Amino acid sequence: MTTTDATTSTTTSAQPRRALRLGVAGPVGTGKSSTIASLCRALADEFRIGVITNDIYTDEDARFLRAEGVLPEERIRAVETGACPHTAIRDDVTMNLLAVEDLERDFDPLDIVLVESGGDNLTATFSPSLVDAQLFVLDVAGGGDVARKGGPGIGRADLLVVNKIDLAPYVDVDVEQMLADATDAREGRAVLGVSRKQPETVEVLGQWVRDMHSTFREGGHTPQDPGPMAPHFHADESGEGGYVHSHDDGEPAHQH
Amino acid sequence: MLTTPTPGPDRSAALLLLSDGRLPAGGYAHSAGLEQAIARGWVRDATTLGDYLRGRIHTTGLVSASFAAAAQHRTASAMEAGDAGGTEGLAPLGAALAGLDRELVARTPSPALRRIARDLGRMLLRAMRSIAPSTQPVLDAAGPVLQQPIAYGTVAAALGLTARDAAGLVLYEAAATPAVAAVKLLSIDPFATHRCLVGLAPELDELAERAAAFATADARDLPALAAPLSDIAAELHTNHDQRLFAS
Ligand SMILES: Nc1nc2c(ncn2[C@@H]2O[C@H](COP(=O)(O)OP(=O)(O)OP(=O)(O)O)[C@@H](O)[C@H]2O)c(=O)[nH]1
Ligand SMILES: [Mg+2]
Repeated sequence: MTTTDATTSTTTSAQPRRALRLGVAGPVGTGKSSTIASLCRALADEFRIGVITNDIYTDEDARFLRAEGVLPEERIRAVETGACPHTAIRDDVTMNLLAVEDLERDFDPLDIVLVESGGDNLTATFSPSLVDAQLFVLDVAGGGDVARKGGPGIGRADLLVVNKIDLAPYVDVDVEQMLADATDAREGRAVLGVSRKQPETVEVLGQWVRDMHSTFREGGHTPQDPGPMAPHFHADESGEGGYVHSHDDGEPAHQH
Repeated sequence: MLTTPTPGPDRSAALLLLSDGRLPAGGYAHSAGLEQAIARGWVRDATTLGDYLRGRIHTTGLVSASFAAAAQHRTASAMEAGDAGGTEGLAPLGAALAGLDRELVARTPSPALRRIARDLGRMLLRAMRSIAPSTQPVLDAAGPVLQQPIAYGTVAAALGLTARDAAGLVLYEAAATPAVAAVKLLSIDPFATHRCLVGLAPELDELAERAAAFATADARDLPALAAPLSDIAAELHTNHDQRLFAS
């Protein structure tokens, strides 16, 4: 099977009828929920939007978004991930998949469903069986070096957001340099510097989502898997040397 | 064209697949009431964990396993009828399972537990559609919403497993889910949690035999044992603010 679950579950033609499923991943506190709130504010007049949040525990993110008042609250649903947010977007997507399908059914027709991953580490990315496209959110406060560290989300998510650029002067980060490093790490894939205090940056982010939505609608977008792991280094048995490999060939992910 | 897989000892791989905690059907986010039992001080260590698991398998575990066996039997019968080219085939399965579902719901006082079992059942059925496309005609006839033990019984039959397999699977799951969650919730030796499971193995087997004997029974005659504190704990858990597990 080459098609994914997300594409076969509700459509057969090249023109998808269901919503664009857009994942938002990234480490804890980088601004995933805020990004979703900004997107809802920017796009709610044009698109019928639904949101699924994943928390490490409880449903705090859903409550935050409901309190922001950016969407009717029944269109924001929480999935509890049993303290393993990574698993819920990658190894065992069933909870999320069902939540997305339910939301699409209950508020049919929706144009976009945003899925927020629980904050995790740099290797947590969405499986393409759950989302059609994904944003990976970093922030400048995590340090200017993070973008260079790479990893599947930074390197290969459909869009990398470098958030909270308003804070750069306070944390000694050169935003231009960080964006340039990120662009290098991503071999030219899209990177945006964003601050919710700079409306023009939020507008560019909204435009990226508009473009993704129309590409998706026209059947021109194929979900990409950033992969569970970036190429990385294993020390060999003798402790001398080692080798670099990636898991792109379908080898199961493992812990180091 | 529907082919009923032949039941027998050669289906053990399917049984292992269904009972594997890594099956992507959403179960990992649940502690089967253990988180609340710990929060209330009912479970504190390996000894009280063992007691908790034993109480669970002998009460709601046996009830769930009996319903799984009954669902397996009804599904397998419908599959045979379908294979034999009977006019009705799989068609009556939905109503038969809905009848079982009502009986199980009636044995589950806590609304939270009913909702959780329904969600877990839906997830299992949803996952199996993707995992085993050949089961689709059976799952279509069964319907997308079933309490988890009934979903297990149906899926077991669709994979060619027996009523005894379905009962054993549900009982093992009833004990293993909280046992595995314990290491995230308590300061407890992870070997001790599995030691509890090994200690329960003979009882799990014996209970599975008893449950399997209900496979052909009328739904009204299935066991109705209760564990009232589990119902109370499930309700309390829905208002527990910093929970790690959904249940
Ligand atoms: N200065 C500034 N702060 C921001 C910006 N975006 C988000 N924040 C703040 O960053 C903090 C975390 O934001 P969230 O949106 O909750 O981050 P998150 O990634 O959803 O967090 P988790 O879900 O807990 O992983 C909050 O205090 C936000 O107010 C921004 O553009 N500028
Ligand atoms: Mg958040």
